[in-house]
Amino acid sequence: MAKTAAEYFENLRESRVWRSIFRSGTGTSTLHRSLAIQQNIFLHLFSTKVRRRMLNFSATWYLGTLTFGTFVILVVTGILLMLYYHPSVPQAYADTKDLQFVVSSGLFLRNLDRWSAHAMVLLVFAHMFKVFYRGAYRPPREFNWVIGVVLLLLTLLLSYTGYLLPWDQLAFWAITVGSNIASAVPLLGNKIHFLLLGGNLVNANALLRFYVLHCMILPLAAFFFIGIHFWRIRKDGGLYTQQSEPAAVRPQPVGKEAQ
Amino acid sequence: MTDPPSKDKKDFVTGVDSNARKSPRRVVFVTRRTSAQVKAVDEDQVQTFPEVLFRALVAIEVLSILLVWIALLFNAPLEGVADPSHTPNPAKAPWYFLGLQEMLHYFPPVVAGVLVPTLVIIALIVIPYFNINIEAEGLFLQDRQSRLRICYVVAVAMSLFLTYFHVYVALVPTLIVIAFMLLAAQSSPQSASPFRRYLAAQPLSYWIMTWFLFELVVLTVVGTFFRGPGWSWVWPWRN
Repeated sequence: MAKTAAEYFENLRESRVWRSIFRSGTGTSTLHRSLAIQQNIFLHLFSTKVRRRMLNFSATWYLGTLTFGTFVILVVTGILLMLYYHPSVPQAYADTKDLQFVVSSGLFLRNLDRWSAHAMVLLVFAHMFKVFYRGAYRPPREFNWVIGVVLLLLTLLLSYTGYLLPWDQLAFWAITVGSNIASAVPLLGNKIHFLLLGGNLVNANALLRFYVLHCMILPLAAFFFIGIHFWRIRKDGGLYTQQSEPAAVRPQPVGKEAQ
Repeated sequence: MTDPPSKDKKDFVTGVDSNARKSPRRVVFVTRRTSAQVKAVDEDQVQTFPEVLFRALVAIEVLSILLVWIALLFNAPLEGVADPSHTPNPAKAPWYFLGLQEMLHYFPPVVAGVLVPTLVIIALIVIPYFNINIEAEGLFLQDRQSRLRICYVVAVAMSLFLTYFHVYVALVPTLIVIAFMLLAAQSSPQSASPFRRYLAAQPLSYWIMTWFLFELVVLTVVGTFFRGPGWSWVWPWRN
């Protein structure tokens, strides 16, 4: 009798090589499913069990998950775009044009990166308001809320720094308008403006700075804080449930009281 | 812990948690003076692997398909090469900063560009550190008269301030939120309509955050669609 795909997969999971990679072992028992989370360096950030009612769409709208999804898309498309892009003036614009018209799927990659970036900003805001209206910032989750605010700022900065990279009129003037706000900071304004742009105007230095921020510093910072954000969900007792205080268990009457 | 009736002469309560599959048998013996409570979570749980991870993957998959469709159908904007000598009119920041840019139209940069964003970020960070936000009791359920008075004063002050600077765009959402606050003040948990019961239960933080969300959306939409050359008002459906 021919083996089914599931059986082949089971055999694969029981092979010596597979077992050497995934420490948790095979099996569908509760223990093995818990180990699959616990024994995995990435998944161990999450708790092994989740309250069933938190899986309802209405509980979270999956906004945090979806925000992470856009981040993954952005990392993948961003890395692929980096292969075709030089952060120099005016080569940056020519590269963007090439992505648009010459590179295979270049147009699609750039579109996906751009629209996913907008989606991420929207989703981060939506996630924040959803968490607020559910009251999920309550202790012991205060600090995870603060990390969330940091991630909101990182998301805005990631999007903002990416905005300059095509080096077209839209990019140039959006960054000029945005960075001029920094000059309004009392006392240090012009210094911050100069530090951000590497000059007094948006120029080749600014492009290089924004490129390094967009492709290196900010994504690493985002990875770092996302890791803490996920881990803190588990450490703070899982996803917030509306009636967070567990009801006192009514003791069963014992002995004579039972009658 | 159940409270025995006061006539009960015993000075303690007893109990037992007898779910042997989940935990060893626990016997509780609590004197009333210590008033300890046994708190336990007795909720239906599912394994993260595979159930939660599978759902998360499906959610991300659906989103990816949606974004791929958008990327196939709509091209990202690309204008001419950057030209510092040629300023477009209006020059707009990315859309999520257009609320800020709209405010820069009314207030000096140090207020609209620095003070307001800084205060917003600080306000967001401190939300979970105030007990009033943790308890989150309906704003008008206690001290109704004095709180209503403060509400009136704040409403009039903000309306005058926004009118003085001609910020009618921000005035409209403010007035709408205040109208709902006054409706909340006239409602109670005993109100007939569910909506008014809902309003009555909302705490101060809810009103501030809702006002902020409303302003954020309105200012961003106005900055994005209703502003033309020289930051003048335009109707997006004309031309």
